[in-house]
Amino acid sequence: MTSSTFWDFLPFILMGIPVTLEVTAMAMAVTIAVSVILALGRNSELAILRWPAGFVIELFRGSSSLVQLFWAFYVLPFFGIHLPALAAGVLVLGLNEGSYFSEVVRSGLNAVPTGQREAALTLGLSPAYRFFRIILPQALPIMIPPFGNALVTMLKFTSLVSLVTIQDLSFRANLAAASLGQSGAVYGLIIVIYFALALLLAGAARLLEQWVNRRAGRLAPATSGRSRSTVPEWALGGAG
Amino acid sequence: MRSVAEPIALAPAHRASSLAAPALVSMRGVRKSYGDRLIVDSIDLDVAAGEKVALIGPSGSGKTTILRLAIGLVKPDAGTIRIAGDYLWHEEGPGGLRPAGERHARKVRRSIGIVFQQFNLFPHMTALENVREPLVHVLGLPRKESDARATELLCDVGLKDHLSKRPAQLSGGQQQRVAIARSLALQPKVMLFDEVTSALDPELVGEVLRVVRKLAQASDMSMLIVTHEIGFAADIADRVLMFDAGRIVEEGTPRQVLKNPSNPRTQQFLRAVLER
Amino acid sequence: MNSAIWDWGYAWSILPDLLDGVKLTIVATFFGSLISFGLGLVWTLVRLARIPVATPAVEFFVQFVRGTPLLVQLYFLFFVFPNWGLSLPPMTTGVLGLGIFYSAYAAEIYRAGIEDLPLGQWEAALVLSLPIRRVWFGIVLPQSIRKILPVLGNQVIGMFKESALLSTITVMELLGQAKALGSLDFRYVEPLTLAGAIYFVVSYVSARTLRSWEGNHAVGS
Repeated sequence: MTSSTFWDFLPFILMGIPVTLEVTAMAMAVTIAVSVILALGRNSELAILRWPAGFVIELFRGSSSLVQLFWAFYVLPFFGIHLPALAAGVLVLGLNEGSYFSEVVRSGLNAVPTGQREAALTLGLSPAYRFFRIILPQALPIMIPPFGNALVTMLKFTSLVSLVTIQDLSFRANLAAASLGQSGAVYGLIIVIYFALALLLAGAARLLEQWVNRRAGRLAPATSGRSRSTVPEWALGGAG
Repeated sequence: MRSVAEPIALAPAHRASSLAAPALVSMRGVRKSYGDRLIVDSIDLDVAAGEKVALIGPSGSGKTTILRLAIGLVKPDAGTIRIAGDYLWHEEGPGGLRPAGERHARKVRRSIGIVFQQFNLFPHMTALENVREPLVHVLGLPRKESDARATELLCDVGLKDHLSKRPAQLSGGQQQRVAIARSLALQPKVMLFDEVTSALDPELVGEVLRVVRKLAQASDMSMLIVTHEIGFAADIADRVLMFDAGRIVEEGTPRQVLKNPSNPRTQQFLRAVLER
Repeated sequence: MNSAIWDWGYAWSILPDLLDGVKLTIVATFFGSLISFGLGLVWTLVRLARIPVATPAVEFFVQFVRGTPLLVQLYFLFFVFPNWGLSLPPMTTGVLGLGIFYSAYAAEIYRAGIEDLPLGQWEAALVLSLPIRRVWFGIVLPQSIRKILPVLGNQVIGMFKESALLSTITVMELLGQAKALGSLDFRYVEPLTLAGAIYFVVSYVSARTLRSWEGNHAVGS
C-alpha cells in the first residue's frame, strides 16, 4: 500500500456508512425495548420490578459509556461470556441510551391522563389492549421529538464501536489515515459524513413526528415544540 | 366607526375640572392583525385626563390588544397612538410625522402603567423589592427613600404585613395588589387594567376590585379598564365601550350601555354575562 | 467473588495508578468545563447580537459540533492539527476537544435558560421602563442562572464520564491507565471494573449533591 492515495481508500471508507447506519438501527431497537421495559419497571407498583429497573438505570447512566463497552468486550469473557464485538457494542449502546430514554418513555406514559386509564379499566379491556391501544397511542406523540434527538445521539455514539473492532466509519477512517500517513482529508471527510447523516436522521425523525401527529389527530398540541419566548428586540439595544 | 369622547356632561362633577385638558390616550385609525386575523379594526379612542373608561366585550374581541397597543407592547399595523400628547411610534419633525423606534417609545411609555392579568411579578424578589425596582432603577431614588415609598405604596393596597414575602408565598389576590402598587410607583398619568381579576379564585376577586375602586375614586389618573365584572364597570366607569370583533360597537355612560343597550350585540353579551 | 477471576491483592496494587488517572480525568474535566462555559457564552452572545455573517456562522458551527461524534472531533484535533503545524500535547488537545464539543451544548443551555423566561417578565420590565442593563442583570439573569446552573452541573458530570474518550488519543486518564494496566498484565477484570466503579461513584455522588442543591435553590423559594 505504499503508493496508495486518498482516492484508493475512498470506497473502503464509504463502505463504513452502511455499517454505521446498521449499528445505529440495531442499537436504537435495543434502546426502544430497554427503555420501555425500564419505564414500565420504574412505574410498577411492585418493588421487585421497580428496584432492578432503577438499579440498571443508575448503573448505565452513572458510569462512562466507553468503560461499559470495554467491560463488555474485555471483561465479560473472563466470566465465560463471549459476546461477538457487534453484539457487545449494540447491547452496551442500547442499554446506555435506553437508560436515559426510559425517562422520556416514563414521562410520556405518565402524561396520559389518569382518566384515560380509569376509563379503559372500567370498560373491562385487557391489560395488553389498554397499553397498546389506549395508553401508548396517546403517549407516543410526546415521545417522538426526544426520540429524534436520541437517534442523532446514537449515530454519534456508534463511533465508539470502532474501538472494539467493528468496521464502521470511524474504524475505517483510522485505518485509512494510518495507512496513508495523511489524516486531514480522511477525518475531514468522515466528520462531514457524520454531520450529513445526522441531518438526514433528524429530517427523518421530523417526518415521523408529522406522521404520528397526523395519526393522533389534533389531540397532540404539546408536540409542536415548546413555545419559547425569544429575547425581544428592545432588550438587545444599548447596553446588553 | 368613529367614537368620539363626549362624556363631559355626564361625568361626575368632581372630575369635570380636569376634562378640559387634551386626551391622555388618543388613538386614530389604529389597526392590528395577527396573520390574517384582524384583531383591532381602525379604532379611534380618546381617554381624557381623569377619565375612567371601561372596555367590555366577548373574549377575543380585541380589548386586551387595545391596552397592549396603548402601552406599546404591541406595535400597530396602521394608525397613530398618542400618550399625554406624545406620539408613541412616531416623531414629530419639521417634515411632519415620521416613524420612530423602540428607543422613542421607551420615553413616551413612562407616563403610562399597566396591571396584567397574570400579575407578572418578579419571582426572585420580595413584594417590597418588586415595588422598589422602578423607584431605584428608573427614578434613581436613594435606597432609603425608595424603601419608604415602596412600603407606603404596599400599605395603601393593604399589604403592610407582607413586605418581605416572595410572590410564591402570596395569594393571587395579594400578588395582584403588589402588581398594582408596583405600577403606581412611577406615578403614571394613565393606568391600564387588563382583566386584573380573571386569573384569581372567586373569593379573591373582591379584595382586588376594592383596591382598584378606591384608586379610581381617590386619584385623578386616567384609567382604561378591561373587565368582565359588569357591576364593577358600572360602578367606577365614566364611560363604557362595548367591543366586538375589533370594533367599538357601542359606547356611552354605564347607564346607557349597561342598562339600556341599543346594539343587539351588546344586549346579547350582557345577557350572556349576567346569566352566568 | 471468585478469586480466580478477581484478585483483591492485584486490585489493591493497581489502585495508585488508577488514582493518578483520576487526577488527570478531573483536571481535564475542570479545564474542559471552563473552556466550554466561556466559549458557550461567546456563542450565545454572538447569537443574541444577530450580527450578519457571524451569527449564522456560529449557528452552523454549534449545529455541526452537536451533529458529529466527540471521538472523531478528538481524532481530527489530534491527527490533523499537527499537519497544520499546530502540535499540542495530547492532554491539551483533549481538553480543547472537550471544551469545544461541550461549548456547543453550553450555548444551548444558556439560550434555553434565557428563553425559558416567561414573556410576561420581559413585558413587566418593559412597561416599568427599567434600563436595559438592569433588565438583563436584575430581572433576566438572576432567574435564568437558577435554571442554567443545575444543567451546567449535569454537563460537567457528563464531561467527567465522556472524558474517558481522551484515552483514545493517548491521554493517560482513568480509562487510559486501566487499559494500559490491562494490556500490561493481561488482567482486564480488575482495572476496568475499578475504573467503572470510580466513574460511577464520583458521578453518582456529584449528581446526588447537585440534585439536593438544586432542590434548595428553586426560583421563588
